[in-house]
Amino acid sequence: MTKQVQQRDRVIIRFAGDSGDGMQLAGDRFTQETASFGNDLSTLPNFPAEIRAPAGTLPGVSSFQLHFADHDILTPGDAPDVLVAMNPAALKANFDDVPRGADIIANTDEFTKRNLAKVGYAENPLEDGSLSAYQLHALPITSMTVKALVGCEVSRKDAERAKNMFALGLLSWLYSRPVEGTMKFLTSKFATKPEILKANIAAFQAGWNFGETTEAFSVQYEVKPATLAPGLYRNITGNSALTLGLVAASRRSGLPLFLGSYPITPASDILHELSKLKRFGVRTFQAEDEISGVGAALGASFGGSLGVTTTSGPGMCLKAETIGLAASVELPLIICDIQRAGPSTGMPTKTEQADLLMALYGRNGESPVAILAPATPADCFDTAIEAVRIAVKYRTPVIILSDGYLANGSEPWQIPTVDSLAKLRDEFKFAISNEYSGADAAPEFLPFQRDPQTLARPWAIPGTPGLEHRIGGIEKADGAGTISYDPDNHDKMVRLRQAKIDGIAADIPPIEVDDPDGNARVLVLGWGSTYGSIGAAARRVRLAGGSVAQAHLRHLCPFPANLGDVLLAYDKVLVPEINLGQLALLLRGRYLTDVISYNRVRGLPFRAAELAGVIQDVIANV
Amino acid sequence: MSDHGPASQDAAGHGAAGHGAGKPSPADDGADGPRRLASLTLVPKADAKLATRDFKSDQEVRWCPGCGDYAILAAFQAFLPELEIPRENLVIISGIGCSSRLPYYVNSYGMHSIHGRAPAVATGLAASRPDLSVWVITGDGDALSIGGNHLIHALRRNVNIKILLFNNRIYGLTKGQYSPTSEQGKVTKSTPFGSLDTPFNPVSLALGAEASFVARTIDSDRKHLTGVLRAAADHRGTAFVEIYQNCPIYNDDAFAPVTDAGSRDDRLIRLEHGEQIRFGADRGQGLRFSRYGSLEAADVAGTDSDSLLTHDAHAPDPSYAFALSRLDTVDFAHSPIGVFRQVPRPSYDELMADQIEKARERDGDGDLAALLAGGDTWQVG
Ligand SMILES: Cc1ncc(C[n+]2csc(CCOP(=O)(O)OP(=O)(O)O)c2C)c(N)n1
Ligand code: SF4
Ligand SMILES: [Mg+2]
Repeated sequence: MTKQVQQRDRVIIRFAGDSGDGMQLAGDRFTQETASFGNDLSTLPNFPAEIRAPAGTLPGVSSFQLHFADHDILTPGDAPDVLVAMNPAALKANFDDVPRGADIIANTDEFTKRNLAKVGYAENPLEDGSLSAYQLHALPITSMTVKALVGCEVSRKDAERAKNMFALGLLSWLYSRPVEGTMKFLTSKFATKPEILKANIAAFQAGWNFGETTEAFSVQYEVKPATLAPGLYRNITGNSALTLGLVAASRRSGLPLFLGSYPITPASDILHELSKLKRFGVRTFQAEDEISGVGAALGASFGGSLGVTTTSGPGMCLKAETIGLAASVELPLIICDIQRAGPSTGMPTKTEQADLLMALYGRNGESPVAILAPATPADCFDTAIEAVRIAVKYRTPVIILSDGYLANGSEPWQIPTVDSLAKLRDEFKFAISNEYSGADAAPEFLPFQRDPQTLARPWAIPGTPGLEHRIGGIEKADGAGTISYDPDNHDKMVRLRQAKIDGIAADIPPIEVDDPDGNARVLVLGWGSTYGSIGAAARRVRLAGGSVAQAHLRHLCPFPANLGDVLLAYDKVLVPEINLGQLALLLRGRYLTDVISYNRVRGLPFRAAELAGVIQDVIANV
Repeated sequence: MSDHGPASQDAAGHGAAGHGAGKPSPADDGADGPRRLASLTLVPKADAKLATRDFKSDQEVRWCPGCGDYAILAAFQAFLPELEIPRENLVIISGIGCSSRLPYYVNSYGMHSIHGRAPAVATGLAASRPDLSVWVITGDGDALSIGGNHLIHALRRNVNIKILLFNNRIYGLTKGQYSPTSEQGKVTKSTPFGSLDTPFNPVSLALGAEASFVARTIDSDRKHLTGVLRAAADHRGTAFVEIYQNCPIYNDDAFAPVTDAGSRDDRLIRLEHGEQIRFGADRGQGLRFSRYGSLEAADVAGTDSDSLLTHDAHAPDPSYAFALSRLDTVDFAHSPIGVFRQVPRPSYDELMADQIEKARERDGDGDLAALLAGGDTWQVG
């Protein structure tokens, strides 16, 4: 049967099922197929913190949303065009996000009385007409999978488990995705289990064939490749990009990478990935706790390594004292905080931006450090390199504020050439002995004598003859670095440490404003992972004829030097944040600008449509 | 390719020995002269002989008059030339406490870190720089209270660091609160009605934490202290040394039973590997096993000499060393000093370097361009 093929410029699909249904894998594979096809894309995995919440329940639902298009896109999308619901819980948990008219593919095998009752459906929604406003495809996915696997020597349980591949095959057909990547993936994943491999391939093909032959799907869709800049691409998550950025920074600085870390969601993948990279001389140390992780990283920095620690909010609390020590002894240190919903344990797998004030002020004393935040998953790569540049040049801790959405979300990344990366080895040098001996050398090595330009102190690593010195958290005499309780010296050192961080502002790019028609009177200013949502919202406003400017902060401490002027140039400044207004507080305090704070703290990225509405309201009230 | 591996430290101005990650060289006598101490096989050898004064910094020592820390510092500084390593390859890391001020007084590299965390900082340094000799200075509060977690994990990991725990059974720096080694019922500022908790026995704790080297010594016995420091330096891996240290201000004479000439010989059991354990007046007492594997003192005269114990610090099973450590009650009925246990075990830093070396042998030195372009890629344009 030949089917009608319709063109779409963009599509949002969401796979949803029980935690054990393999939805993340199906989503991931669809993403890879889509990436290799050349669409632009953005993903949003959303899963429970529990490894296996009780089967069939609402808390156990795991979903994966993918937005792909023939043009560049900024977010994983608000509302799915297609929802795959592998059980009643998945339908119920995701239903509110699905717009009328969208396709819903439901696995009828799981819509049993018992499963319906578990999530509070009195009637079967697939049968009671309540979904009549949707394109409902009620399919017995499990039994079709099992039937397709007759002849494969796998248990009934294994056969049923392949149902995610049936769903993937069906959607791959529906959107005309290439399949070679998935075949290759399955072949290597199940290399040692030929029967399971056979079953998964059979299930995938059955899904594809079902789409092709059944009456249930009359249209097949096509989404043309996007016109991306020429180059080599890969799809990348924020945590992978951060990992690669750290390794690249290690190579470009000539400093061996040392990671001290304690596992915590959603940061653990960085530890996992770096621990595979021993051939790059990477040392990974899984510590007994976060304090030890950052302590070991600082010890390694003292010894001339690139000391890095990775964590999330609760771990940041534990690291505070050591970060203060690093600020006091003025050594480079990279602290990656992959923020998650708090307070306390909060919602480990959900995203949030509420650690900004902790990063700035969560230590005793005047304890300034530099702070950066990546804007997109791929931007984690560049942010890591920039963080290392600042850390080694200014001998300071640098905190990177990523978050759960960036960590697990993905997008296409144009792979840079190594030569195009910042040459970090030109940004610093270790102190060497003969600078302090010989005729025209400095008379004496002073561990806290500062570079007049950067205010950085010398980085004299153990093993360097003649530069033996002691550092510590006790206040140090300016220059000599010996213990000092002198009141005026303390005042001076407090100001010097602050001036060093403030001075970085002269060494970072000014914040750029995107104001296409130049008529905007409203500026939307964001930081971190809200970049995509704000950008997509601004597009909507502009498409509707409105004028709005957008600017996004990567450097949160210090702020870019021109930020105050940018704020003054607009009648109103809107600051959307996934917290209760932390950046807004800083802007008000620092620039006396009464910014408008917009806050939603739901553990999810903003929806573009929602933000667009907020922007429209602000414009209307100028 | 313009990208260089971390080996090219010199490009960044690193003039020192660098981050060598080789294997320890054989420790036998060889062309290079006498055997090196085992913890130093990857540390460069000093060109010239150093003296005690070379290890004295210009900082004024600021402990209270009569503090046991002075004696330990003096013994330590006098011992350091024996390491035969350049001063710049010695690093001392401490936590917070009176004892933890020590790094300021030694002319080497040093870090006075934060309360309890010195083992963590030292672990990162030692694991990334096998060419350094790394020493940790800590107190009973620093190591056993706030830093207890780091201590036990450092011990089981067996990083090549030497931990010297100055045990004065009190919090000195904060002016005299009871500590995790204070005897139960201790009356201090924070326990006016007597402390309630059972103290730790640091040696038992270290043995329970899978330590590969455990020793105890006393501030006032310079010769013994120096011998234990030497033995610790001769151990590759984590060496744990408890040093009884008198705090004349807040806990004076806490160790009098084992330091006073009158009582000391009855109570101190000096452990020497390979020698029969003898103590007491005229060395008339020895040790033998009693029920449940514990040890008890026995008159040599009335005991079958086969059942008297000969000290074996190298026993693979730690039960015997643990039994020894239990002889030592808070009132010092019998207090063994010396090396309780020393067993060979690969050190963490060595294993870490080994994994890196093997990965490079197997996969070649990491290629950054290939790493960036890993996974499924596609070409546009
Ligand atoms: C995080 C933290 N908590 C508390 C203190 C206060 N403090 C400093 S030293 C110390 C106890 C030190 O006792 P010990 O380790 O036995 O060292 P000593 O002074 O006896 O040598 C305490 C509680 C601190 N510096 N940091
Ligand atoms: S308080 Fe005690 S331990 Fe501290 S310096 Fe004084 S005597 Fe020594
Ligand atoms: Mg003490």
